[in-house]
Amino acid sequence: MNASSTTDRMTRLLALVPYLSARPAGVALGEAARDFGVTERQVRSDLELLWMCGLPGYGPGDLIDVSFEGDRVRVTFSAGMVRPLRLTTDEAVALVVALRTLLELPGLAERDAVGRALAKVSTATGDAAERVTPVAVSVDAREETLTVVRGALEDRRALHLHYYVPTRDERTERTVDPMQLLLVEGRWYLEAWCRRAEGVRLFRLDRVDDVAVLDDPAAPPPEATSRNVDDGVYRPEPDAPAVRLRLARAARWVADYYPVEDVAPVEDPPGGLAVTVRTADLAWARRLVASLGGNALVDEPADIGTQVAAEARAALARYGLSPGDAG
Amino acid sequence: MAAKRAERLVNLVIALLSTRQYVTAARIRATVPGYEADDGTDRADEAFKRMFERDKAELREMGVPLETGRTSVFDTEDGYRIARADYELPEIHLTGEEAAAVGLALRLWESAQLAGAAQSALVKLKAAGVAVDSSRSLPIQPRLDRGEAAFEPCYAAARDRRELHFDYRRPDEDTAVRRHVQPWGVVAWHGRWYLVGFDLDRQADRVFRLSRVAGTPKATGPSGAFDPPADLDLTAVVARQAGGQEHLVVLRARPGTAVGLRRRATSLGPADDGAGGVEDRLQLSTTEPWALADELAAYGADVVVEAPTEIRDAVIDRLTRLAALGGSA
Repeated sequence: MNASSTTDRMTRLLALVPYLSARPAGVALGEAARDFGVTERQVRSDLELLWMCGLPGYGPGDLIDVSFEGDRVRVTFSAGMVRPLRLTTDEAVALVVALRTLLELPGLAERDAVGRALAKVSTATGDAAERVTPVAVSVDAREETLTVVRGALEDRRALHLHYYVPTRDERTERTVDPMQLLLVEGRWYLEAWCRRAEGVRLFRLDRVDDVAVLDDPAAPPPEATSRNVDDGVYRPEPDAPAVRLRLARAARWVADYYPVEDVAPVEDPPGGLAVTVRTADLAWARRLVASLGGNALVDEPADIGTQVAAEARAALARYGLSPGDAG
Repeated sequence: MAAKRAERLVNLVIALLSTRQYVTAARIRATVPGYEADDGTDRADEAFKRMFERDKAELREMGVPLETGRTSVFDTEDGYRIARADYELPEIHLTGEEAAAVGLALRLWESAQLAGAAQSALVKLKAAGVAVDSSRSLPIQPRLDRGEAAFEPCYAAARDRRELHFDYRRPDEDTAVRRHVQPWGVVAWHGRWYLVGFDLDRQADRVFRLSRVAGTPKATGPSGAFDPPADLDLTAVVARQAGGQEHLVVLRARPGTAVGLRRRATSLGPADDGAGGVEDRLQLSTTEPWALADELAAYGADVVVEAPTEIRDAVIDRLTRLAALGGSA
């Protein structure tokens, strides 16, 4: 990690000749560039540099030799650079942990292949993988739903979902055109075009109560484009109404969990934090405030506080209590 | 990096790989192009020494196994060589399916902490002849949580087995408290990153949420300072500490309400709602009773907790505080 550009280039330079040696028939320059994740120009400049390198003596027969035929390149003398450098600990960890994580995912068709790849990679990484790996990744998954959704994606079929929506506490039914499966922050999501909402939506698989594959082909319309989830699955809604809350200490986690703005410390409640959440879904905001059990005060819109309080009084009445005499 | 330096480093690697003898610094200076030539001046000697030290450090940083030693007892100074068997990635043959699995797995790191290491691992596998087709479009996008600033120092300290200290703030505390830990590893569990280790102040295993670490953790002391337990299962430690004892909760819900609770509850049949109507009695199991109390309070008058008393009281307590919200607004 934190590979400086120096180390990046050296890693590539030491790998490039073995890469070409392993492909004696030659490789298109564009393909090599893709494989190394750099531009064609960069590969060309790397090859020009390697051309100047070789065995001590550095005569014509000692230097690395590369030949171009059209846009294909192949190595004719490798100066003994036939195998890449071993994996570093970080590289081995990245690889082994990623494969172990995949292996834990139920419903993955490639499961056997993943297991075999893990065994082979572990052998090749030797020491690095034998030690206790200092990283582990654990993922929630629902086997059946994942398998069905996966199948529908591969067969390009539409799905009918019974989907639980927690902000409204209701189960909805909808037909969707699957686009892809995403694993974000330890949870699986189906990204799909929702025919009912006429938009791209993320469906958390652990909220799918029932799923059926339809005969209907999946046909997301051209305007259905994938969402960028780099910043999490909660998308800030910059133009939505502002809900201003003051969070007590025990509720400050809200500021880490949801996109919030105008964060400022406050004295009331002690050690509190004022935040603004933007959402068009006031039912969601109401539920959030209610689930914080009084650890969030509502400054705006005031009727959220009033509604939550009224509901709480009605609930207390069911326990035979009025707000004054509880304790 | 300057092309000159890259060229010199590649030549150095090739030269040291191509010999079984230890090669002295003086000989390297004389043969590998790019080093300050020996013109008899101290200045040139100094320049060479500095350059060579930097090059050795760079190669070791990359994981090149640079050995130091003497070929025979008659040698008067140490030389250098790279043992081919230690340098080269062992043979690895992956089928198309297995290679695709590797490509898919490495996507996990695409935007996460080990992205750089995953990319260079992939480059090396490709250089070993493995055809990992990363362009093959699978409709699956595994990925880890994006940056948690504390990940890198915690991971590096666990990898090198160095002691670590950092300021840690629990959400219910105002100030961060300095903790001293022998880090065993980092775990992504239910979408959050945790550090697992031995807390030297409390003399016990502890689990820390990385998002609650304030500032940058700092490793101190030598590498290899401790050994994690031999049978360590990082995920199990987090699961044990994050999940607690199981509680059974019995409640009544009005018909057609509390859909979210019913999804994971067992029905105990109809019940009298105390006002002449009928509602449903449900049983729920939880390892996080206070989180469940928060959730139950949010259902308002649709849900009434019957047992156990602690949960019932916890819900009443929350409702009482919620009822005060209207007044203060």
